[in-house]
Amino acid sequence: MSTQEKEPMFSAKNLKLLTGPVGMNNPITVQVLGICSALAVTVKMKPAIVMALSVTIVVAVSNVVISALRQYIPDRIRIIVQLVVIATMVILVDQFLKAYAFDVSRQLSVFVGLIITNCILMGRLEAFAMANKPWPSFIDGLGNGAGYGLILVIVAFLRELLGSGSVFGYPLMQKLGIYTTGYENNGMMILPPMALIIVGCIIWYQRSKNPSLIENK
Amino acid sequence: MENLLNLFIKSIFVDNMIFAFFLGMCSFLAVSKTVKTSVGLGVAVVFVLLITIPVNFLVEHYVLKKGALAWLGEGFADVDLSFLSFMVFIAVIAAIVQLVEMVIEKYSPSLYNSLGIFLPLIAVNCAILGAALFMQEREYQTLAEATVFGVGSGIGWMFAIVCLAAIREKLKYSNIPPALRGLGITFILTGLMAIAFMGFMGIKL
Repeated sequence: MSTQEKEPMFSAKNLKLLTGPVGMNNPITVQVLGICSALAVTVKMKPAIVMALSVTIVVAVSNVVISALRQYIPDRIRIIVQLVVIATMVILVDQFLKAYAFDVSRQLSVFVGLIITNCILMGRLEAFAMANKPWPSFIDGLGNGAGYGLILVIVAFLRELLGSGSVFGYPLMQKLGIYTTGYENNGMMILPPMALIIVGCIIWYQRSKNPSLIENK
Repeated sequence: MENLLNLFIKSIFVDNMIFAFFLGMCSFLAVSKTVKTSVGLGVAVVFVLLITIPVNFLVEHYVLKKGALAWLGEGFADVDLSFLSFMVFIAVIAAIVQLVEMVIEKYSPSLYNSLGIFLPLIAVNCAILGAALFMQEREYQTLAEATVFGVGSGIGWMFAIVCLAAIREKLKYSNIPPALRGLGITFILTGLMAIAFMGFMGIKL
């Protein structure tokens, strides 16, 4: 314990907690957590980024709360306690979005509420916050939120660029004059199935770069 | 009656929980390795949706909605508790899953043995909370509509997971590029199945 307390705030171990989930230990492509909401909100960049930020905030803060309370939570009812903490955070985020970003909140519809059952949250609380101090838990939350956000942004970028020909609502393809050469937007990219296939391809790419992640038959 | 039948078909095929909204993907990908276990999980999901959606509907209509507390007296007529709905829904779901588990354990040990491990998992399955939130968002008017919607979504979810499991069982014998093995090919497969399911979208009910 005493060695841990002397540890600097951004020691190598803590930095690893932050970068690990972004790359080799990504919550979506490697841990297979939180896929439900990841796919449905990636038609456009803006809702995807709002969603990624909301999840990051909820994971980081509830990680800190659970980690601070971890000595006092009875083992038998820990799931309920975790759900209550998460639900409180999600209600706060939802009310905030409704007040300051109503359009995005309409687009995200039920998916803000579904952050409660997002497996990243329960997974990180169970696996990390219940056994670690608040500061590393906070970093772990940020890292996992960032890893989740990275995949969301990649998928949303591809779907918006190829599907609607724009980036953040800016009509990039039209300004570049690509339509005059006979290019058409691929309407398929806007439909839900393509999100799955894009994530599948990201996994394919990541695993062929890191052979250690390949599953045995 | 006709209306209810339409809603039933629609929630199984057109608004399929997995292929149209990606709800319950985590357990969908994790448990779909064999047909037998996926049938078990599917039945458990249908069962829990059958009970939780009507209960959440009643909670929504008599406690949470704006003006829903009017039955308590004049002073409560304009109380709006809808901001609490996330927490109340998830609490109702967790409590009911626990209750259902205890009841099944008492009265049908054989069913408990086949569903047992899946029931606690269901409390955090997005499909259950998602169905409750859709029920709230789409403003179903009667208890019957909400129940039919719940059962239909559950059957649609079960249908999807059993299909995927059947394909994955066959997939064991095929020669897939190493990096795509396991998770990657499952994603792409689900995408292709979802494209097939989009054929139902044009149906006017």
